[in-house]
Amino acid sequence: MPSPQTPFVALIPIPPAPPPHGERGVFGWLRANLFCGPLNIALTLVCVLLILLAVPPMIKFLLLDAVWSGSDRNACLARPERPVVGACWAFVAERINFFVYGFYPIEERWRVDLFFAALAFGIGWLTWLDAPRRGLGMLYFFAVLPVISFVLLYGAPRLGLPIVETAKWGGILVTVVVAAVGIVVALPIGILLALGRRSSMPAVRLLSVIYIEFVRGVPLITVLFMASVMLPLFLPEVWSPDKLLRALIGVAMFSAAYLAEVVRAGLQATPRGQYEAAVALGLGYWKTMYLVILPQALKITIPNLVNSAIGLFKDTTLVFVVGIFDLLKTVEASRIDPKWATPVTSLTGYAFVGLFYFVGCYVMSRYARYVEARLARGEQR
Amino acid sequence: MDAAENAKPGLSLLYNRRARAVAYQLLLCTAIAALAYGAIRTAGENLKRAKIASGFGFWNDTAGFDISQTLIDYSITSTYGRAFWVGLLNTLLVAAIGIVLATILGFAVGIARLSRNWLLARLAGLYVEVVRNLPLLLQLLFWYNAVLNALPERLQDSIRIPGGGYLNRRGLFLPEPIFGPGSGAALVALFVGVIAAVVYRIWAKRRHARTGFAPPLWPVVLVLVGAPPLVVLAFAGFPIAVEYPQPGRFNIHGGLEILPEFIALLVGLSTYTAAFIAEAVRAGLLAVPRGQREAAQSLGLSARHTLRLVVIPQAMRVIVPPLTSQYLNLTKNSSLAVAIGYPDLVHIFAGTVLNQTGQAVEVIAVTMAVYLSISLFTSLLMNLYNRRVAIVER
Repeated sequence: MPSPQTPFVALIPIPPAPPPHGERGVFGWLRANLFCGPLNIALTLVCVLLILLAVPPMIKFLLLDAVWSGSDRNACLARPERPVVGACWAFVAERINFFVYGFYPIEERWRVDLFFAALAFGIGWLTWLDAPRRGLGMLYFFAVLPVISFVLLYGAPRLGLPIVETAKWGGILVTVVVAAVGIVVALPIGILLALGRRSSMPAVRLLSVIYIEFVRGVPLITVLFMASVMLPLFLPEVWSPDKLLRALIGVAMFSAAYLAEVVRAGLQATPRGQYEAAVALGLGYWKTMYLVILPQALKITIPNLVNSAIGLFKDTTLVFVVGIFDLLKTVEASRIDPKWATPVTSLTGYAFVGLFYFVGCYVMSRYARYVEARLARGEQR
Repeated sequence: MDAAENAKPGLSLLYNRRARAVAYQLLLCTAIAALAYGAIRTAGENLKRAKIASGFGFWNDTAGFDISQTLIDYSITSTYGRAFWVGLLNTLLVAAIGIVLATILGFAVGIARLSRNWLLARLAGLYVEVVRNLPLLLQLLFWYNAVLNALPERLQDSIRIPGGGYLNRRGLFLPEPIFGPGSGAALVALFVGVIAAVVYRIWAKRRHARTGFAPPLWPVVLVLVGAPPLVVLAFAGFPIAVEYPQPGRFNIHGGLEILPEFIALLVGLSTYTAAFIAEAVRAGLLAVPRGQREAAQSLGLSARHTLRLVVIPQAMRVIVPPLTSQYLNLTKNSSLAVAIGYPDLVHIFAGTVLNQTGQAVEVIAVTMAVYLSISLFTSLLMNLYNRRVAIVER
């Protein structure tokens, strides 16, 4: 209680004093995040050392010392006036058409470009969640696009498109074809397998489980080997599929089993009430699945589907092992080509391939995260 | 419901749900059986036409090729069966060491991503993003063709490793311990010591629970494990010698030679898998609710005890299932060895043996069966462990 002599009583709360100088601003942030305690100081110093050891040489190699133009290996060899040679981008620039199209005939390459455009259009339609007529987009992607692509890439003499044997396909074209087949063909099979695994019929369930667990238990390489050496044995000689088709069958078989598990997780996450409501409305099995369950299950699996697509995209490099000219194989073949073989050619080639895959995978993973956040937004009303 | 439907008289069999289910399944099984029969018949004809033998008669034939890394005795005159075992052991060797390294690196990176140190967390995040978004095959080729190929080629320029090792383009040469007579007994003694330590630990735990006083654990365990083999070795007069690699005129002789292919595969596999393990570890640690830490602190547990008794046991429940699948992935991915020429199962068996014998069906079936059994066996072990650490609800 204030005594009668109290000269002054504050009428409003006194504003809090600012934190001490060392806790604020850049220095405060540095102290809190980098230099709190001896252990953290040591860790920070080690990190700085690592960055100093790794980043400047990398920038020097990839950009500063790099060779940007030239027509053969002489441009990328160390010379007295140029003792340190960085990445040989001239090599990539000269070979870029080979890396993109492989041995595809030069006058027919517009067909490949058109295929890339058609594929990009389909992917854009499906991944833009607010796009109009997405149902039509599905039809386009899973039914129309495969036919268009086959006609475009392989050719149809009746339409005036000369046939280009798959042995001439290569580079990014093959990488994209393998990845696209791994999704477009494998997803419907995967959905059927997932439904089979949750079926009430024991024989269907058992067969689905055996298939899924068998394929998931073996490496992709053995599946590819199986497809490339055993398929010709099991099929009559007249149907004998060519090398690329065999690898595509292997990739589709492999990817279907993984996608089946992803879809199954989505099916399991769909509330039971949805099944019961559909049954109560008198819908049969296929209508229940097509109209009620799959739209919801597939929507929540989009992030996981994209993650599987990332894995598959990286795994397309394995067709290399059965002798198909995908992007990595074209680079492998070019880097030992005497015309370009220098001490820096390999590293440059790998840096190019790495950049390609990193950008592809990074974009996909960002997209998966975006969809995840968007789906979560719908949940938090 | 089904029973009632079945009992309903007059309903055509066509509309009986159970009858239709049986019919569908019969149809499916017949279709698959017909496909399989057709495939096998065609295969028989094709094999006959190509004059390829069938069956496992080739197993005991002479292989006639050499293998660069063998853990068991093998020579050109050995059989295909022997080559299979060499390949399998090489696969298991790289997988086992790779799993250990990937686990250590993965846990370190996963914990670093959650560090309060901003720079460390960012660096760990960068590592995970870069490594996860590049194909493993590219990384293996990078390690093998770009990094290891940049090592000195000539013997004189080899990088000296402290302790008597050499590193050059032909591989890593390390001092090799040579175990003389009496080492076997020391191994037995070590085994006895480990058993004694386990028994002691169980006893100590029980005593801790009964009396509230914890008997000293680690010093006793150290003595129990370390003393018996040391005593036995002392009696045998320390029969362990170390063979140092000797640089000769053209090559390095003696010591432990580690192939560059093995190093590239091991480094590639462990760094790649570590990025995935790091993500699993991070998710597991984040999955422990904040309240658990706070509760432990308010009980007066120290930071170490909070981590050991409260956080880690709960995080492990979330970490173990993805960790298992990463271990399996690493084992399966070791088959990429074929691309850089490390003599693993796929390279030797599904590669060289298949090419020499032409018996694709048998060879691929055996290779797949091996990976399948490794997968199933590992899942079994991990499920057992998972059951032990899973939440037991009343």
